[in-house]
Amino acid sequence: MTKVILPGLGEGIEKATVSYWYFKAGDKINEKDDLVELTTDKATFNLPSPCTGILSEVLLREGDTVGVGEVLAIIEEE
Amino acid sequence: MEFKVFDLGLVDFKKAWEFQRTIFQDVKNGLLESGLILCQHYPVITLGRTANKKNILVSEQELKMRGITISKIERGGDVTYHGPGQLMAYPIFNLNYLKKDIHLFLRQLEGITITLLSDFEIKASRYQGLTGVWVGKEKIASIGIAIRNWITFYGLSINIKKDDLDNFRFIRPCGMDIEMTSLETVLNRDIKINCLKDGLIHKFKEAVV
Repeated sequence: MTKVILPGLGEGIEKATVSYWYFKAGDKINEKDDLVELTTDKATFNLPSPCTGILSEVLLREGDTVGVGEVLAIIEEE
Repeated sequence: MEFKVFDLGLVDFKKAWEFQRTIFQDVKNGLLESGLILCQHYPVITLGRTANKKNILVSEQELKMRGITISKIERGGDVTYHGPGQLMAYPIFNLNYLKKDIHLFLRQLEGITITLLSDFEIKASRYQGLTGVWVGKEKIASIGIAIRNWITFYGLSINIKKDDLDNFRFIRPCGMDIEMTSLETVLNRDIKINCLKDGLIHKFKEAVV
């Protein structure tokens, strides 16, 4: 089981808003696939999947806020 | 960091978007360190990821009659307008060569614009809490970017021509009641967009050294 965590995004950025999920729970996902798009201020950025497997849990919805270090999703590795 | 400059001239928004994708792939694949695309657009209203359609104040039909198209895009921010009177700069910059800091990059784009405008003796500034560049309480440049694999795209638009400001009345820019201004409005004289390009490239070079 691998947790997808919001990494550090630069000085003074403590949180971001989930703007778009490229996959839904149950989908197969490959390492480095774009998993989720987040927004901070006037910038969007993507978090790639850290591993290959099945996206077992999506913990936040589009529009939710997520803090640095918090878990966004869980992937069951193959 | 080195970057290659591409001047597309007056170009359709979607074509410029496709060109950005091509350059983005080249940067991602290491064929190019970074790129800077300059252009102007035919009239278009763009909706960012967090856009509320209510911020377009007229019907799609009316916009169509006026030759203004609508595009949904994946940059941050709400609604904005682009037209032939603006100078667009799309830095396809690999932040792995610079600093991996999203807000710092936004502040750098503001800084580049402020120093460019100072060459015209315009005193422009940041506005606490709002991305963009302002002259007094009026906005002269808008910024909205997207980052994938720490490579940036979309970017910066600077209002140059006075007569192109009219089309902002069809939207609430960034979802707020913002008054827009332009270089020509502030200076009260005719400005050729091409005259700014070399200066802008130079400011980008200074910023990424």
